[in-house]
Amino acid sequence: MTVKTASGAPAQPPAADTGESAGKGLWAWLNKRLPIDEFITSQLTAYYAPKNFNIWYFFGSLALVVLVLQLVTGIFLTMFYKPGELTSFDSVEYIMREVNYGWLLRYLHSTGASAFFVVVYLHMFRALLYGSYKAPRELLWLFGMLVYLALMAEAFMGYVLPWGNMSLWGAQVIVNLFGAIPGIGPGLVLWIRGDYAIADATLNRFFALHVAAVPLALLLLVVLHLVALHQSGSNNPDGIEIKAKLGPDGKPLDGIPFHPYYSVKDLVGVGVFFVLFAIIVFFVPTLGGLFLEPENFELANPLSTPEHIHPVWYFTPYYAILRAVPNKGLGALLMLLSVSAFFFLPWLDRSPVKSMRYRGWMSRTALALFTVSVLVLGYLGLQPAEGLYVVLARIFAVFYFLYFIGMPFYTYFEKVKPLPDRVTYRAH
Amino acid sequence: MRTDADRGARKRGVPHRGARVLLAAALLSAATVPSGWAAEETAGGGAGADWQSWHANTEVTDLASVQRGARNFVSVCLGCHSLKYQRWSRLGQDLNIPEPLLQKSLLPPGDKTTDYIVTTMPAADAEVWFGKTPPDLSLMVRARGRDYVYQYLKTFYVDPTRPTGANNLRLPATAMPDVLSDLEGLKRAVFRPAAGEGAAAAAGQSPMLDHFEQIVPGQMSAAEYDAFVRDTVNFLDYVSEPTQTARRALGVWVVLFLLVFTWLAWLVKRDYWKDVH
Amino acid sequence: MADHAVVADDEVDLSRRKFLTRATIASGALGAVFAAVPFIESWSPSERARAQGAPVEFDLSKLEPGQMATPVWRKQPIYVVRRTPDMVARISGHDDQLKDPQSKDSDQPPYAKNDVRSRSPEFLVLIGVCTHLGCLPKQRFDKGELYPSWPGGFFCPCHGSRFDLAGRVFDGSPAPINLNVPPYSYPNARTLVIGADEKGTV
Repeated sequence: MTVKTASGAPAQPPAADTGESAGKGLWAWLNKRLPIDEFITSQLTAYYAPKNFNIWYFFGSLALVVLVLQLVTGIFLTMFYKPGELTSFDSVEYIMREVNYGWLLRYLHSTGASAFFVVVYLHMFRALLYGSYKAPRELLWLFGMLVYLALMAEAFMGYVLPWGNMSLWGAQVIVNLFGAIPGIGPGLVLWIRGDYAIADATLNRFFALHVAAVPLALLLLVVLHLVALHQSGSNNPDGIEIKAKLGPDGKPLDGIPFHPYYSVKDLVGVGVFFVLFAIIVFFVPTLGGLFLEPENFELANPLSTPEHIHPVWYFTPYYAILRAVPNKGLGALLMLLSVSAFFFLPWLDRSPVKSMRYRGWMSRTALALFTVSVLVLGYLGLQPAEGLYVVLARIFAVFYFLYFIGMPFYTYFEKVKPLPDRVTYRAH
Repeated sequence: MRTDADRGARKRGVPHRGARVLLAAALLSAATVPSGWAAEETAGGGAGADWQSWHANTEVTDLASVQRGARNFVSVCLGCHSLKYQRWSRLGQDLNIPEPLLQKSLLPPGDKTTDYIVTTMPAADAEVWFGKTPPDLSLMVRARGRDYVYQYLKTFYVDPTRPTGANNLRLPATAMPDVLSDLEGLKRAVFRPAAGEGAAAAAGQSPMLDHFEQIVPGQMSAAEYDAFVRDTVNFLDYVSEPTQTARRALGVWVVLFLLVFTWLAWLVKRDYWKDVH
Repeated sequence: MADHAVVADDEVDLSRRKFLTRATIASGALGAVFAAVPFIESWSPSERARAQGAPVEFDLSKLEPGQMATPVWRKQPIYVVRRTPDMVARISGHDDQLKDPQSKDSDQPPYAKNDVRSRSPEFLVLIGVCTHLGCLPKQRFDKGELYPSWPGGFFCPCHGSRFDLAGRVFDGSPAPINLNVPPYSYPNARTLVIGADEKGTV
């Protein structure tokens, strides 16, 4: 059974190319020198993905779209932004008011930053839901975690660049965390800052890292992430390996070519995403202070701390955990652990099945509790660290870590459901 | 070369040409006219205990109001406060003020229309006189919100213990004198006796307002002053983000286009996925 | 009979599929063009550039006859020359030595496309940038200053281009066309406004 493309022609490229038309000639010339056709075939038209992808499988391609968006809008912003404690803030207002469509470039980039995290968190959640981090996809997961770390660094430094008051004080708090490292801490903080407080030196080096270094690292990591993905092939909501059941043509019975089926489906995802994205960019770009904090519309003032310092929403779960611990060093350590715990998931998870659909009630409860904890901690991170908020943060921090700590036990001992032979699919 | 007249308004965020509303009258009239805001109980005298829930309720699309606010700002605020990110010419374009009128009624003598709106008060002197340089107001509404500015301008009260003779509920111990007392008059703040007064004071909590008491009437009635403040807040809202009206207008088209595109993409997807079983 | 995921369904309406796909690609391309507009427009001069490039006023009453002043407009030197009647007379008589005596190929507003290349014979307004490679020509207004038959004008030191007292380029100069004339106007007799004329602000 051959797979047909949209026009009814076979998916494989034509055998011998006679090079009649100029177009064909050029294409053949290129293909002799670059593996273009080979790439299209192996990675798109003859690359098979499980047919039962659901809504959770949109976010990988969306992350790629947002990455491109951030790169393009970021480059254009760099054409007008002037880094420096005397010029940064003014140059951002210059962009907002005087550069043609500068306001749009800025809002696309600031909304894009938050959108990146929405998409990436949903993308990661899919992995927790379906066990996509389990063998043979451990490296895929690790590359993804490195992408996430790079993204956090990129967002943190990007937020400093407008040099608003929250830029300054947020940077002050986060960089000071490194001072908690025993011995080298204070020296390290001085070295990172390049000055005795967060100042022009810090701003300028963050600019260089944000514009050049980290994006390059991000691109490299994303490529590695995709290569690792194509090596193992995607997981799916049933968590069974589609490569285990091949047809006579050697292709997975439950697989479909990525192109045209998922290119076409992902395009719809992109459309829906952009509708929501555009609504925010054009109608509520600050999103009530969540995406662009009001304190940041005031110039950085080393002599005036904002009443409530907190990072942007995508860091607040970790921030809540940090503040839950009354000890600075311990709090910093716990915050570090709360991020790095994810790296160990492939080995903490000892379940014989991948997907939550077939796991026992313990795994499901643990994931539900974990999810609620992340959301609650995220909310708490936005509030002042007082009274009931601190108590709740401590409780939910415990739940957060229980997910990881308990995993080797509840995944090993719980009763799982029998796996289906073939993936479950409803035509749509 | 393209002239300024040719350039699309959108990219600079100039709103579409609205009706030229009683512009000359608004700019040239000496007294304010009640702007017709809904009659809410927001008078400065009598009531006031609920000041923290007062809302500005301004609409930046109300061009006439923003124009009046511009005039208010120039006549009352520009003496100390700058709008250093805003150009006069941009003001003229966005608020439909023709250049001759702009020059005659708003522009301080010596300023060019392309100049930024900067106060003539020297910052160093201001710091000596007030203890603090009057802040630039370009982004005040974005940084603190319309309601904050509205409440600030409406909760000045007489306080002999302060060097300026005035205090403010929204920003206690503000360095700004009550420059609006000509218009609003002078009012006294009567506070509620706190239940555990010693404890409350020790905890650093400000006393709760019971009501304002008008001591000396101003040039404006309560409703007129309220309208004055709202127009000014509206103007500052515009200055905070001059492109906001154009942003929303463009957004409508963008979202509509994207909806159409997504619908088409969905039709394609549905067709292809008929293949999949 | 393989139970493959994708079944080549001969009933697939290929024409509908093609149409829908093409419509989507077309609207996507349109969207891409719309999306490109803000990025491309962002490169056009910003409000700051336009403000700095706004028309410049120059007080003519300060200029003596025979003198040249150099106000700056849009970061370029503008040569404002108050020509004496003798200088005006020396504009004519050497059309055969000029590359473009009627200013057909040169760049000037309509009111400067005449013998004197200006609105009035008394004042000459030029962009003081050589049309060869952009150096600033030097004034050589005196008769015979460069060589015996020199009628007076401008000499560019970089590569030797010569221009007469109406800014017209001489044969033998590397510069291809006459010196450019900016838009300008006189709101009153004492004031020259460079950068604005009947058509509005450039």
